[in-house]
Amino acid sequence: MNQYFHSIRIDTEKCSGRMKCMRVCPTQAIRIRNGKATIIEERCIDCGECITVCPNGAIVPLTDPFGELSKFRHTVAIPSPALYAQFGREILPDKILSGLKKLGFDDAFDLAFTCGEVSFSIQEYLREYKGPKPLISNACPTIVRLIQVKYPGLIDQIIPINTPREIAARDIKKKKSKQYGLKEKEIGTFYLTPCPVKMISIRQPAEKGKSHLDGAISIGDIYGPLLSAMEGLEKGSYRKALESICILGIGWAMVGGICRTLRLKNSLAVSGLPEILKIFDDIERGKLRNIEFIEAYSCPQGCVGGSLTVENLYISYNKILKMIEALEYEKIKACPDIREVRKLYKQKYFFLEGKLEPRPLKPLDEDLGKAIMKRKKKEDIYETLPKIDCGACGSPTCITFAEDVVKGEAELTDCIFNLPQKFRELHQELGGILEKSFGLNLESPDGKKAKKKDTKDETKKNHRKTKA
Amino acid sequence: MTMDDENRLHQNFEISGGDFSKAGNISTKIKEILQEIGIDSSIIRRTAIVAYEAEMNVVMYANRGNIALTLTPEQIHLELEDEGPGIKDIKLAMQEGYSTATDEMREMGFGAGMGLPNIKRNADKFEISSTAGKGTSLNIKIFLNQERKK
Repeated sequence: MNQYFHSIRIDTEKCSGRMKCMRVCPTQAIRIRNGKATIIEERCIDCGECITVCPNGAIVPLTDPFGELSKFRHTVAIPSPALYAQFGREILPDKILSGLKKLGFDDAFDLAFTCGEVSFSIQEYLREYKGPKPLISNACPTIVRLIQVKYPGLIDQIIPINTPREIAARDIKKKKSKQYGLKEKEIGTFYLTPCPVKMISIRQPAEKGKSHLDGAISIGDIYGPLLSAMEGLEKGSYRKALESICILGIGWAMVGGICRTLRLKNSLAVSGLPEILKIFDDIERGKLRNIEFIEAYSCPQGCVGGSLTVENLYISYNKILKMIEALEYEKIKACPDIREVRKLYKQKYFFLEGKLEPRPLKPLDEDLGKAIMKRKKKEDIYETLPKIDCGACGSPTCITFAEDVVKGEAELTDCIFNLPQKFRELHQELGGILEKSFGLNLESPDGKKAKKKDTKDETKKNHRKTKA
Repeated sequence: MTMDDENRLHQNFEISGGDFSKAGNISTKIKEILQEIGIDSSIIRRTAIVAYEAEMNVVMYANRGNIALTLTPEQIHLELEDEGPGIKDIKLAMQEGYSTATDEMREMGFGAGMGLPNIKRNADKFEISSTAGKGTSLNIKIFLNQERKK
């Protein structure tokens, strides 16, 4: 059994081993073996980069099909605020939520409001916190997993406040079960997700514990049906539709959205894994200590850039900005009551239910001395490699190939630059067989002597011919 | 080769003074080596801070330098040598907040006068010697005898 559940599966029928996924993977979790991509489970952080680059559509995000709804007596859709940015300007959240109900959900819940509450509680946490800085947002599950795997030393700097989607789902289950006299498990809560990683955060939360969500449906899957469901709906007044939007929460769909809701002197919003790696390296070195809070998303521009969204990420980013502007202009403040939030915060209502533990990669060897030896061997092997990272061996770079060899997961001769040696070995092997079975003698594989022999044989033959 | 030699990993890293664009690469490399070997993450973090501060001191003040990492099952040993102006008053340089950084360096977030004190705080053994006009050398040890993470 695999220790980790992942939201990404490779369809080996469709995979043609073109290596694009292997090259783009930020944690070097993909190898090409026997012409097909395979995922090293312990390394994968479910960022979904491979899904986006695969030219064959062979990497499939694992989200739930619509049919799952029928398993429950009452169903509630909880869309990521990123869904609000997928349509034209005139389609506002109220219409989208009505459209979802028309699609078959018994209810649709506006998550932006909960996002606002969580923003407030993050602010409370930051005020009380005395440990090393900066604190890091846990809104993006890929970032949490990245820290668990690659930056285990930073794990205590992840804010232990639960995500809005989990808090909302827990609350909905409790309230609805009372309202309808149902059991909590009869109420299905479905997150409409912009990325595949939310799916695993449901099946296997990064922290110890269980998710309150029952499934995740891809925004890309629901987009078409939702668009047609909204067609017949009447358009209300623009201002009235705006009134229900929580200005604090709507920004959670884009990078910087949380930072702008917190009153902080020094905060930072980053998106895109390559930049995030640089920032986390700096934190680990003890830099950036004057920054209080970091909001980081693996997708460029934040959740609007998720691999399961439909609209161009810059356009949807802009749409969220415009919505915030409109709300500010109209002075609309559909906003959680801070006193209420503080009360709940004191009751630990917003905190993560389980502890986050690091999951560092397995060392080269369990024995420290042997691990040092293997690391040395890895460096020695690397020195003999061409260092062009061609990927033909099936490992993304020469250095990871050296590591794979040391771990016994690859052979030195998998490197095409070692092929002459492989041929030499094969030749020797073949020679041995021939000699054993037929008493034939194959000489050096360089071809020089063999060729000479050939010509000799040829002349002998010719000689015989002339004789005859 | 004795068994002892096999258990010893030795690697040299060159640092060029003034090259801010590559600053930090060496401490990242050292961190990665320690992670692969399976050193405890709190020790890795301390080593990363030590290596980074040492590296930055060369980048900021010296012409060139070298960090030698020697790793055994017992300890992480970092030896740093640089060619540069050296430190006139080591006692003063070891005081928190003391710095000879230029305004430009400070603007980039460096030169808070925490470098050497920070190294000392995170090391188990720390020695410094310097000759004005010639260069500085640091000898740093971090012990691994704290329990090892599986």
